[in-house]
Amino acid sequence: MALPPALVQWFAAQGWQLHPHQQAMLARRAARSTLLIAPTGGGKTLAGFLPSLAELAAGHAGLHTLYISPLKALAANIRRNLRRPVEGAGLPIRIEDRTGDTSQTQRRRQRADPPHILLTTPESLALLLSYEDAPRIFNGLQRVVVDELHALAESKRGDQLMLALARLQTLAPGLRRVGLSATVEDPPALAAYLGAGTEIVLADTGPDPEIAMLDTAIPPPWAGGGGRHAIPEILNQITRHQTTLIFHNTRAQAEIFFHHLWLANTGDLPIGIHHGSLSREQRERVEAAMVSGALRAVVCTGSLDLGIDWGAVDLVIQVGAPKNIKRLVQRIGRANHRYNAPSKALLVPANRFEVVECQAALEAARDHALDGEPRGPGPRDVLCQHILATACAGPFDADALFAEVVTAGPYATLTRADFDDCLTFTATGGYALRAYDRWQRLMPKAGKWTLRDPRAAAVIRQNLGTIVDTETLKVRLGRFGTALGEVEEAFAASLTPGDTFLIGGQIVRYDGLHEMTVEVSRSPGRDPKVAVFSGTKFATSTVLADRILDIFAQGRWPDLPRHTAEWLAHQAEVSQLPQPGRLLVESFPQDGREHLCVYGFAGRNAQQTLGLLVTKRMEAAGLAPLGFVATDYATLIWGLEPVLDADPLLQLQGLRDGLEGWLSGNAVMKRTFRNVAIIAGLIERSHQGRRKSGRQATFSSDILYDTLARHDPEHLLLRLTRDEAMRGLIDFSRLEGMLARIEGRIDTRRLPRVTPLAAPLFLEPGKVPVEGKGREWLAEDAARALLRAAGLD
Amino acid sequence: MTYAFPLGHARLTALPSGALHWPDERLLCVSDLHFGKSERLARRGGALLPPYETRATLLRLEADLDATGARAVICLGDSFDDLAAAEGLDETDRLWLLRLMAGRDWVWIEGNHDAGPTDLGGSHLAELHRAGLAFRHVGGGAGPEVSGHYHPKARLAGKAHRAFLLDENRLVLPAYGTFTGGLWCDDPALQALMGPGALAIVTTPTRCLPIPMPRRP
Repeated sequence: MALPPALVQWFAAQGWQLHPHQQAMLARRAARSTLLIAPTGGGKTLAGFLPSLAELAAGHAGLHTLYISPLKALAANIRRNLRRPVEGAGLPIRIEDRTGDTSQTQRRRQRADPPHILLTTPESLALLLSYEDAPRIFNGLQRVVVDELHALAESKRGDQLMLALARLQTLAPGLRRVGLSATVEDPPALAAYLGAGTEIVLADTGPDPEIAMLDTAIPPPWAGGGGRHAIPEILNQITRHQTTLIFHNTRAQAEIFFHHLWLANTGDLPIGIHHGSLSREQRERVEAAMVSGALRAVVCTGSLDLGIDWGAVDLVIQVGAPKNIKRLVQRIGRANHRYNAPSKALLVPANRFEVVECQAALEAARDHALDGEPRGPGPRDVLCQHILATACAGPFDADALFAEVVTAGPYATLTRADFDDCLTFTATGGYALRAYDRWQRLMPKAGKWTLRDPRAAAVIRQNLGTIVDTETLKVRLGRFGTALGEVEEAFAASLTPGDTFLIGGQIVRYDGLHEMTVEVSRSPGRDPKVAVFSGTKFATSTVLADRILDIFAQGRWPDLPRHTAEWLAHQAEVSQLPQPGRLLVESFPQDGREHLCVYGFAGRNAQQTLGLLVTKRMEAAGLAPLGFVATDYATLIWGLEPVLDADPLLQLQGLRDGLEGWLSGNAVMKRTFRNVAIIAGLIERSHQGRRKSGRQATFSSDILYDTLARHDPEHLLLRLTRDEAMRGLIDFSRLEGMLARIEGRIDTRRLPRVTPLAAPLFLEPGKVPVEGKGREWLAEDAARALLRAAGLD
Repeated sequence: MTYAFPLGHARLTALPSGALHWPDERLLCVSDLHFGKSERLARRGGALLPPYETRATLLRLEADLDATGARAVICLGDSFDDLAAAEGLDETDRLWLLRLMAGRDWVWIEGNHDAGPTDLGGSHLAELHRAGLAFRHVGGGAGPEVSGHYHPKARLAGKAHRAFLLDENRLVLPAYGTFTGGLWCDDPALQALMGPGALAIVTTPTRCLPIPMPRRP
């Protein structure tokens, strides 16, 4: 099918020409499933939409194309971008977006009278499919376009979306699907994820990016960081470019950096900040300013990782180690969002260790060495949610639903037994003690599964989605003032009136907590208490970790900045550098506690597991561990007693034996369980404003976990928690791989104080407490001190 | 490690489990058991929580009865999540509870969740006065008094724990039930209830640790 003449004319008037891959997508418009892989800026989204525009120009009643993106902002942006050619060419096409931000009125109207093209998110689609009128809304649907499939496929949101597509395919058998993806390491795997028989279209990858490390007059700090030392050079780069994106790995870092950047911004350059903790209004303001070209730079996090077309961005600065080469390459693609022009990027290591990691990442990107872990099968907590959502839409037949579910790529290998487990869980709770025969959630009725209590549908709908946030509270200026953003509840609980912290780039003073809102006032010119609301954490990939060890092994570092080369030399002098094929362990006292630092280079999750397993063995050995913190390269454990010989603590067999018994009782498992239980529908999400003021009604998911572990250890959700933790947060396989490679070659060094390489770990967030003797002694000490202070002892 | 203290003329002991022991009266008092909470949620079309909270609570109660040798038991209200939950008790759990009650002087104080008698035996009272102490579900009446209802909790060394609250005239018990949350003891309701110099007796898995009751600045 050719493009409508009006559109061809409009393109010509803009001086646009279709790229080869855009033509290829148009030519394949009849294919049932197509995956387009193109670098950022390749006009992917338009390529996905061209066949829809062509078909809609010929006339269509009702919903024709569904566009799914991982970001609400992306849906809104695509609507604006798509309207230009559609309105320019005078095509009779109605385009609307529907996300969590869309008003109730608008949503109701969209259900009654859907537009031709609906732009939405996986969560909003799941919600739409849970309504009784879903068959009517979707039965004329022709095409579905999934944007940023590479990003969606990395999380449960993608799995939920693939189940939704399977549902859509049943409702609209002629449906054709298109996936759009940035460069990935394994295109056939992503194609299978989108669906059996998916054809792959590969666009030209374009020229190699120009990447370098930013030289700074002040060397990066020994520890922690956030890139403050590089502010003069970064400001200089901003002035020399049209628009600069400055990526940070966490929201807290972005906030602190933005604050200091602003203080140093004597030239009054227009600079904005964008991250997921900011209020929607604030994010939208920044996005609009970016689109209009009013901003010279934006300090941001992963919230700007994905495809909004900023047009004029000509420099990307990555502050902090990129952790993963693939994501670095994708981020770099944000610069020069123009086809066939090289992107320009600068890496700013935030501390000295990251200098080495940035160097390793630079070399890997130049070598086109992409990294990535193969995906496991589709998670079953998502399937449980899907079954409940399906029941909300109306009675369903179990055989038919199973047949539909296995057409979703991630669930292609799902067995009927596993499906039935999930169905039983959603119907009866799936407990060994059959307690809910009278109060089943789903009941068989005339051969179909039906909600016993129709009121349950509202609760299930409110809990749809696979993103599980930590509980957050809104931050407002005064009781009725502007919303500045959100902070984690735990952070808010740690504040006392008068404390200051950073949010939205300004320092605010904490005044009090009023009905789930943190009330603050402006507090200029005071040093803020550090913002600890967190962002995402990724594990450094194996490819990158191996390259770092290779750099260490060089012994001389002419490619590294002098300060870092000297730092490594200093470490080699007072202790030694970690080596490939060996495991370095340092033991030293510091700040009145004993410390043990294990340099496993196994990535954050595996190092975390190592921390859990080793502290367990230390507890048994009477070494009174108190807690630990893990980074991508090391685990730092602190406690009351020194470790003089680490070998017995690190025997693979011992760790493996410990794993089984330990799995049931630790914090990582409990955190994983909470996520699984919320997604599977066992625990309701708490909604802002819907929460009761008295909190006796809610209790911790840890209690549910402990109760199940004790009374029903083989329960489905515990099995799912175990599976998920082993793959994700626990990552025991990577730990096993590391210990197998070193074959017992462990170098334990007892040292008088903290070493250069261990120092950064002291400032790491995410410390995990160890519940044991040591902590009970501390609680006693703390109680005694409080009594003494109150004159009661 | 328990914590012994006077209230009125009575000498009482707080146990790490959240139970109150009165050795001179050979009496054990527990509050807010909330038996049948998961059943009640399920009945109302909510999530199907693990149906083990009643036996988990009974397990701890039995251990406390064995350890203290108590002959009298006061359940200080909200023993059942609602009256239907008392009737819907699983048969095993019901027999277990009856076995614990057998041969003991057992008093059910009415709570806001379980106002009204159940068919489980024992005495059902709105409140009880014994050897100079008043036992009632919601505190704030004439003292010296032992009450429950609020599920107080407090933070110690960075962690939340269930806590007893104690001043010269009043003792508030933590919730004993397995599936129960808590109210921070700096909540206005508890601040208003407890007099100056009140203690929070924080329960850890093996200890009772008294601290000054946290107040808002």
